[in-house]
Amino acid sequence: MADEKKKPIFRKINATGPCKKIMADHFYELDEAAKSGSRKIAWCTSVGPAELLRAMGFLVYFPENHGAILGATRVALDTIPIANAAGYSPEICSYLTSDVGAYMKGETPLSLAYEGITEVPKPDVLVYNTNQCRDVKDWFMWYSRELDVPCIGIESFCNIEISREPHIAAVSRQLQDLVPALEKISGEKFDLDRFKEVVGLSRRCSDLWEETLQMGAAVPSPLTFFDSTILMGPAVVARGTQEANDFYELLIPELKQRVKDGVAAVDGEKHRIYWDGMPIWGKLRDLSTTFLSLQTCVVASTYCNSWVFSDLDPANPFDSMAKAYTDLFIVRSDSAKEEYILEMAKIFKIDGFLFHDAKTCPSNSNNRYGMPERLAAKFGVPSVTIAGDLNDLRLYSEEQSITQIEAFVEQLGEK
Amino acid sequence: MADKLYVGVDVGSSATKVVIVNGKGTVLGKALEQSGMDFVAASKTALERAVNDAGASIDDVAHITSSGYGRKNVEFANDTKTEIACHARGAYQHFREAMTIVDIGGQDNKIIKIGADGNRLDFKMNRKCAAGTGAFLEEIARRMNVDMSEMDALARKSEEIVTISSFCTVFAATEILSLIRQGAQTRDIAKGAFRSVVKRVIEMDSLAGKAVATGGVVSHNPIVLELMAESIGHEVLTPPEPQFSGALGAALYAVDEARQ
Repeated sequence: MADEKKKPIFRKINATGPCKKIMADHFYELDEAAKSGSRKIAWCTSVGPAELLRAMGFLVYFPENHGAILGATRVALDTIPIANAAGYSPEICSYLTSDVGAYMKGETPLSLAYEGITEVPKPDVLVYNTNQCRDVKDWFMWYSRELDVPCIGIESFCNIEISREPHIAAVSRQLQDLVPALEKISGEKFDLDRFKEVVGLSRRCSDLWEETLQMGAAVPSPLTFFDSTILMGPAVVARGTQEANDFYELLIPELKQRVKDGVAAVDGEKHRIYWDGMPIWGKLRDLSTTFLSLQTCVVASTYCNSWVFSDLDPANPFDSMAKAYTDLFIVRSDSAKEEYILEMAKIFKIDGFLFHDAKTCPSNSNNRYGMPERLAAKFGVPSVTIAGDLNDLRLYSEEQSITQIEAFVEQLGEK
Repeated sequence: MADKLYVGVDVGSSATKVVIVNGKGTVLGKALEQSGMDFVAASKTALERAVNDAGASIDDVAHITSSGYGRKNVEFANDTKTEIACHARGAYQHFREAMTIVDIGGQDNKIIKIGADGNRLDFKMNRKCAAGTGAFLEEIARRMNVDMSEMDALARKSEEIVTISSFCTVFAATEILSLIRQGAQTRDIAKGAFRSVVKRVIEMDSLAGKAVATGGVVSHNPIVLELMAESIGHEVLTPPEPQFSGALGAALYAVDEARQ
């Protein structure tokens, strides 16, 4: 008799199919290049200088994307302990530990999804930007030692209010300094016009992705945070290509039609929540179902917004890249972050904030310095913080978290 | 014609509590069973006993709301509510004013803030581990070979302050072995364990304003109320039978639900 509720309806977005194809093409192209040696491969941190690498002829592979796949498939649970045993603490980034552990084990979930792919594509160069955290560099340095591949990158700033000229100059200079090393590895001369073209494509991708996310401001929202974690794939792995832009040109009209027809991603949407922090990759489906059954839509998130780089300017590619990748949310001070989230709360008309305190990702856990309390007081809506992790489900208590979410939604309903 | 009965079932990690009220919210009966491994069986037995306690018949039950850790296992319930909602509701039934409720349960702790009209303003749960919960106290009692039911009386005989500083229940148990080796008395360790529970609770959130404690731990160990009051500098109240507070809240929600 308990919980005799209607089974929640998952409204599939039709463009998910083309999205999957872009991801498949991405991995097959890399796999072919790794096997044949036809193209040089650069590994890049997710908000690293992908545009520069692409412009210099590299195929670009993003280990963090692989980390997310390890999490979503829960393969991470078997691979994290291997890295832990090799001296990489369970307290550090679980993307790092799950990915390094998977490599040590000789396993990749790509082989389950893509027939014929048996391993991740070996890099010719590893290129990082520490704008997210130090862990990405430590991660790439492991591979550099293991595979004897050069590891180069950008040392970024952290905790800044907003980038000023000295910040941009320093990062821009570091970007330019990468060019000679990359030329040597790729065997291709740097071509400024090609670089401008890629930055232009990437900017367009950013604009389209932003427009996609803005759809969530409609009431009811045509998409959820959980949809966005899948739909963001092309903006992450294929920004700077026409294919990524074509995908969003296809997706946006579908979402616009939903808005026009009043089609809700969450049937009977009663509450709207902002998600701050990393996704819990291994529990996306469960959490999505929980929110659906509670008629609550997670309409916006800091995480998905992090692939919006509105400062990219093809006319001034180095400096604008430096600015775009330094004014990222994650690089900013708490006061700047707070202002940003407040703005999002207004735009997306949210009823509550959910903070995910990811044990192994302090840089993406914004609850730790009193922000939920400050935001709740300023915006006048409540917040809840759930403890978990992006990939390490040993750090996630499902029973407790679901109770917290249900209690939070009950509280919103009692207002 | 007999009163219609409205039932709240609170399946906690340690005990299952049932409270039966009439349409006016007056308590007619109650029962407590150990939750054990079979939540369904425990809740059924507790329900039967509570119905007997009310001197009523199961046929008079109009609505059942389940709550607590095992709320979704109560297959005979009409609906569910979280324990956070139910503890708030149960405590507000006794103290009809703004307050901060501290519920110390077997496996988790909650701090719930409610406004003057009983609306929930905020809540916090302990993080994943069992620090500061009933499970922590049970582990410490087991380590000292003391029955949990004797811990309160034992702690009251304490003459020296012993501090248990570890967050982690397992490490705290190791800390206790070390204290025993150093010659600490069990009575002092027992009080140290209760102090540790209080510390874990007060670091979850501020207990400013009226503070009310509920749950099995304070029900069986009122020393926790005293230590908490000492620590926060003002009185900590408790409703009658604080262990049944969540089940009472669930029963009151059952009345509301049946009316809708």
